[in-house]
Amino acid sequence: MQTSTLVLVLLILTAVAYRAGRQRSLALVGGVKGAKHLHSLPGYYGMLTALWCAIPALLVLALWHSFDGRIVTDMVVASMPSDVQVLSEDELSLVLNDVRNLVAGAIPAELASAEVQAAAARYQQLESLSRLAAAGLTLSIALGLGAFVWWRISPALRARNKVEQIVKLGLIVCSTIAIFTTVGIVISVLFESLRFFQVVPVTEFLFGLQWSPQMAIRADQVGSSGAFGAVPLFTGTLLIAGLAMLVAVPVGLFAAIYLAEYAHRQVRAVVKPLLEVLAGIPTVVYGFFAALIVGPMLRQAGEAAGLAVSSESALAAGLVMGVMIIPFVSSLADDMLTAVPQSLRDGSYGLGATQSETIRRVVFPAALPGIVGGVLLAISRAIGETMIVVMAAGLGANLTANPLEAVTTVTTQIVTLLVGDQEFDSPKTLAAFALGLVLFLVTLSLNIIALHVVRKYREQYE
Amino acid sequence: MSEPTLTPATAETPAQRTRRLVEKSLRRRYRAERRFRVYGIVAVALGLGFVAFLFSSIISTGWTVFQQSYLKLEIDYAPDVLDPDGSRDPEVIGSADFSALIKAALRKQFPDVEGRSDLRTLYKLASEGGQFDLRQRVLDDPRRVGSQESLWVLADDRVDLLMKGEIERGLPEDVRGISDQELAWIDRLVADGRLEKRFNRSFFTRGDSREPEQAGVWGAVSGSILTLFVTLLLAFPIGVAAAIYLEEFAPQNRFTDLIEVNINNLAAVPSIVFGLLGLAVFIQLFGLPRSAPLVGGLVLTLMTLPTIIIASRAALKGVPPSIREAALGMGASQVQMIAHHVLPLAMPGMLTGAIIGMARALGESAPLLMIGMVAFIVDIPHGLTDPATVLPVQVYLWADSPERAFLERTSGAILVLLGFLLIMNATAVVLRQKFERRW
Repeated sequence: MQTSTLVLVLLILTAVAYRAGRQRSLALVGGVKGAKHLHSLPGYYGMLTALWCAIPALLVLALWHSFDGRIVTDMVVASMPSDVQVLSEDELSLVLNDVRNLVAGAIPAELASAEVQAAAARYQQLESLSRLAAAGLTLSIALGLGAFVWWRISPALRARNKVEQIVKLGLIVCSTIAIFTTVGIVISVLFESLRFFQVVPVTEFLFGLQWSPQMAIRADQVGSSGAFGAVPLFTGTLLIAGLAMLVAVPVGLFAAIYLAEYAHRQVRAVVKPLLEVLAGIPTVVYGFFAALIVGPMLRQAGEAAGLAVSSESALAAGLVMGVMIIPFVSSLADDMLTAVPQSLRDGSYGLGATQSETIRRVVFPAALPGIVGGVLLAISRAIGETMIVVMAAGLGANLTANPLEAVTTVTTQIVTLLVGDQEFDSPKTLAAFALGLVLFLVTLSLNIIALHVVRKYREQYE
Repeated sequence: MSEPTLTPATAETPAQRTRRLVEKSLRRRYRAERRFRVYGIVAVALGLGFVAFLFSSIISTGWTVFQQSYLKLEIDYAPDVLDPDGSRDPEVIGSADFSALIKAALRKQFPDVEGRSDLRTLYKLASEGGQFDLRQRVLDDPRRVGSQESLWVLADDRVDLLMKGEIERGLPEDVRGISDQELAWIDRLVADGRLEKRFNRSFFTRGDSREPEQAGVWGAVSGSILTLFVTLLLAFPIGVAAAIYLEEFAPQNRFTDLIEVNINNLAAVPSIVFGLLGLAVFIQLFGLPRSAPLVGGLVLTLMTLPTIIIASRAALKGVPPSIREAALGMGASQVQMIAHHVLPLAMPGMLTGAIIGMARALGESAPLLMIGMVAFIVDIPHGLTDPATVLPVQVYLWADSPERAFLERTSGAILVLLGFLLIMNATAVVLRQKFERRW
């Protein structure tokens, strides 16, 4: 039985279970008139039956599905001749691919060797067996549990409370997904990074000045030993993020000050959403913009001024990233400025200060902690931004502080190392996870500090 | 200051002195005031200028994509080419050499062209893709074999660029990419009304292609729709459930704090890290297929969950306690109170949050690069495990292509992407305005 039909059958069973449970509860008290003798509304008895019918069966089905592929494959491998079993993992996966293609009918049976054909037959047999077993198991669980609950229904059964307990449990499970995601990120990144650090020492990774992750396939090739010193990536990331902040902080801050303190309400109502449009544009659009419009423009301008500007200069990526971050800075700063109580401003005006003096000497210092938090969040965003730098920054690791040259960044390297065919145990791929770990830790600590600062500041005036 | 020798004859009182000093500084202070204001205006103008520049440059490079150059050719569905033994078998017709029909039509159009290399140049006026259209036409209606019709077929991308004025005629021949001879042919075709720009339907109905004139966004759009379908199906219910738990049930304890800290941090984790997670967990551990909308949807679910949870919590907070108390007072249980009263009232706010989350997911590309949704895929995906790509990744792929004609395609794809985002955000705004309630 196909999985989709199985799920469909389960859903129908669930609906039947709901109806059966509801009918039984009513039948026990002699129809709708006796419903007042039930502990809960009749629908709750139906729901309880339906939930017990559906949830365990679906869980079992999901578990089955996440393991059956591997088990079937292992059993097929075990049944194959011994010379296949001693093959390395890569070669084995090639053989298995042949088997699967044969099963799917992608290659004609005549072309396959006898052992592959035998394996394919076994594969097919095991797979249909597995499907049959899954169908039998889930359906019997659904029927069994549904019937058990149906049989247990009595007027005194606290059906509503039980249903609500299940609902609450479901809510808790949903809210813990955030924790699982974080744990998943940490484990997956950390695990691969540790494997990387077994090959390349941590100190070399963090303090080495050479980055050329190309590992040769043969040991005697030129430049066969890849170098994994990530310092050029860190400096490149910081250079581009720094340029971005040079654009975003002044423009964002002054825009926020103007909109919060000077602008007419109507102007504010129009300009603020327009600026926030910048935050809604996908980053790939900024990347396109930086790589194909701003980059060439800067190069031409550089030529006119007699400067050698690389076509993948850090400047182009940094400028465009800065534009992207403007609304981020401005809306956070705007929040912080409007949170400053009016009494502080009135006090300052009363002493004869002009508006700009009030802003500079009173409002801004009062809002400063929150603004610093916002800027920290913006920096963390600039560091983690991927598409702009993938499209507009260079690939060569270049240890320089000159914004007119091409530099590469952590996120660019992660993408270039992982896109395309890859094997999971080469240091080249694992290096991407190590970079991911650094990125995650840095942005995480920036976020924690920033959120802490912002929250503390907000409490001050509440 | 107070040396007696400098004191004027009429002694100044302290109040007068303050007044004098203030008045002296007033002009400077007012100037500073104006300057400060100007800084603000300049900053706002710069921001708005960036918005305008961004949109104008994308629209100006992208709007031409809605038109495409087509050649009008007299196609002769010659039976000896398509179906030599007259079997009318779709398999025989399907494998026939349809490009020969286009070549024959071009030869008929320019009977004076001779010589192998000249002919080869002539054939290059039409796109390689035209033959597939012809094939489809004949397969749709096999009675066409043996008939003749005049048909608009796709022109080559260089012809298209020339027609759109992207290639300047004044350039020297070797830089231009189009020879003088080709230029003469093109002019003749235009004069005959056989070469013109028409509405580019194929851009919206085709998948990706190596040839710019055949490349369309529909494959990427379908991939995006499938991916977002998975994301919406998972992220919305889970996000709402999590928000309900945290807002209505969760006790004040360390476990709740842990969840909240996690949600806030995940909202600010770089999206590429979610891609690493998807690669390591969904693909490597669970063995799900690469490049599939299913995996893309799962990754984007994890990424958008914090957004949806935060928006849903805000919507729940907006429902006044009096509603809750009234329901509880009528004997409803807490679950009934939430399901019957709080949730319906908070739903518009939650939907708005979900749409905004979906809009973010639609524009996201970095995590999808990690799970292999960058492959070159010509076929339109139909299922959740078919290899697919999404709209922003398509933009990325085209932006990387060296052909000049892809620049226009890239901007066109961006326009389509921005169009979808505009629709989604506008829906969110309308929803918010229509259902927003002040209590």
